[in-house]
Amino acid sequence: MSSAQQQSGRPARVGRVGRLLPLVPFLLFVAIFLIVPVVTVAVGAFRDADGAFTTDNLGALTDYAAVKALRGSLVLAGSTALIGAVFGALLAWLIVSAGPDSLLKRLTLAISGVLAQFGGVILAFAWIATIGIQGVVTLALQHITGFNLYGNGWLFSIPGLIVVYTYFQIPLMVIVFAPAIEGLRVQWREAAVSLGATRWQYWRHVAVPLLTPAFLGCALLLFANAFAAYATAAVLVSQGQPIVPLLIRQAITSEVLLGGANVGFALALEMILVVAVVMGAYSLLVRRTSRWLQ
Amino acid sequence: MSIRKTLAAITTATMLTSLAACAAPEKANDTTTESGVDAATATNAEKFGGMDELVKAAQAEGQLNVIALPPDWANYGEIISTFEDKYDIKINSAQPDGASQDEINAAKQNKGKDTAPDVFDLGQSVALANTATFAPYQVKTWDSIPDAYKEADGLWVNDYGGYMAIGYDSAKVPDVTSLADLLKPAYKGSVALNGDPTQAGAAFSGVVMAAIANGGSAGDVAAGVDFFAKLKKANNFLTVDPNSTTIEQGTTPVVIDWDYLGAAAAKNVDTWKTVVPSEAVVAGYYYQAISADAPHPAAARLWQEFLYSDEGQNLWLAGGARPVRGDAMAEAGTIDAELWGALPEVTGTPVIPTNEETEKAGEYLAKNWSKAIS
Repeated sequence: MSSAQQQSGRPARVGRVGRLLPLVPFLLFVAIFLIVPVVTVAVGAFRDADGAFTTDNLGALTDYAAVKALRGSLVLAGSTALIGAVFGALLAWLIVSAGPDSLLKRLTLAISGVLAQFGGVILAFAWIATIGIQGVVTLALQHITGFNLYGNGWLFSIPGLIVVYTYFQIPLMVIVFAPAIEGLRVQWREAAVSLGATRWQYWRHVAVPLLTPAFLGCALLLFANAFAAYATAAVLVSQGQPIVPLLIRQAITSEVLLGGANVGFALALEMILVVAVVMGAYSLLVRRTSRWLQ
Repeated sequence: MSIRKTLAAITTATMLTSLAACAAPEKANDTTTESGVDAATATNAEKFGGMDELVKAAQAEGQLNVIALPPDWANYGEIISTFEDKYDIKINSAQPDGASQDEINAAKQNKGKDTAPDVFDLGQSVALANTATFAPYQVKTWDSIPDAYKEADGLWVNDYGGYMAIGYDSAKVPDVTSLADLLKPAYKGSVALNGDPTQAGAAFSGVVMAAIANGGSAGDVAAGVDFFAKLKKANNFLTVDPNSTTIEQGTTPVVIDWDYLGAAAAKNVDTWKTVVPSEAVVAGYYYQAISADAPHPAAARLWQEFLYSDEGQNLWLAGGARPVRGDAMAEAGTIDAELWGALPEVTGTPVIPTNEETEKAGEYLAKNWSKAIS
């Protein structure tokens, strides 16, 4: 909170507690749905099935299956965040430059709003029906060109997940990044041009630096979105638990390997740490890229 | 700075309150019926004064909580509605797609609440690891259940089971006669296993079947894992989770699963066939038990009586599952002969993995399955 805001704020006698009062529902929410679960996970990760202290659960994180799942999750979340961010940003720029009242923009934003939330089991089946072995597109392509899109079943592995996740990542990027592009004022561009800047120079020295913090923030959101997604992957890949959320499911509900619930906590803690590291890197980057804004 | 402190204080206070709120008040543990019988400790219907009294006590409770019973699994949809109509008791079916461990977790988390599960239907390893949470009960038809399929006091009783089978759409792939067939090029991109064997009991038994067919045993499943690795290398193995949708669509033309589940999932596919490979006959039964903390103890016991009656057993049979009293009922002539005769043919001695074998195989799978199919 800047000092200017504080001076123009409410009279001092309302007090700090008074100002915090409206925040109480939010704080309650945060406590119940964020802090309590995080503490539960952190404590559970260091306990065995009988509640005694142990580091075995963390040791299990170096098992082949756990390392493979973490690698799978990072590749999946990282690549879909990158693809989603780049293509989503391009699309956002295209629709914003079509003008504030353009039908294209309104239509694209509306569609993106729907598609960004279209995930889970239904999405998985939609893809199976489209490019699965008996999928509409697979059969049509085979019939017309003889090309076998289905191949060796790539849809049901990490590459397949990347394609399917991109389907909701790009629209999500459009929704969250379009406002940032809209925030670029025409006057800035006119100012740059009147000072003799070329189109390239305007983008290189004005627009891109202005947009970078927002872009990184949106990419981070996309990363977390893909990193935690579960249902779509659960339908498409049921063998070998290629990503961490599926390995957690196995730890908690396996009918074969019992008593793994606390390893599930350790895996969840690992996910929290990964997101924490990514967020730390993000805030460092933002501080560097937006230093000149201050 | 001081704002932050206030925030921290509020957060801590909130956490403590919410933690305290989590501990729900214990329900008054009065399970005594109107006629003065403690339903929660009754070990047979006579303790209630006969079936009629049991029915009355159950109807006074009015509800039954079941969990993890998919409507298309072993005909549970019809079993539930038949019970509801017959006794006018409402069944609350929680998490129909849950796993065995979910049932035990729910019983622990909801202990003392009205919403806790009354009865369990569990896979072998989960059942045997949790017998301390079961209440013993012997149904009226107890004597016609073979000894190998029940705990002597009635803590658990096997309810229905089947054989590991290969189901296939005969319109899409050539006839399957053995597991080795599946390695042929004709089955490219076609073979699915119902779940991951480190996770799902059905898939685990599929690997045991492959192990036995390739010289291994229930305790030594390396040969089974190798078989699936070969299947994967031949590009025949599909990693998608098969279900009725993928089967109807043709995405999973070959599915390795319990015979009764595969048959139910493929009920809309006329050309679906099911074989139990004679070189590797693996059987598996589910475990039925009453929760010791059942909020509706009389209804839970009536549910057992219903499931193990001729009517209940025939309902499971209608779902393609082999009811545990099947042989006795066939002898007595009370089984639905047409359905009984339509079950896939089984030749050879069935293998039922013991708990020790399951544990040993599970450990091997935990280390090697992920590698084998990647």
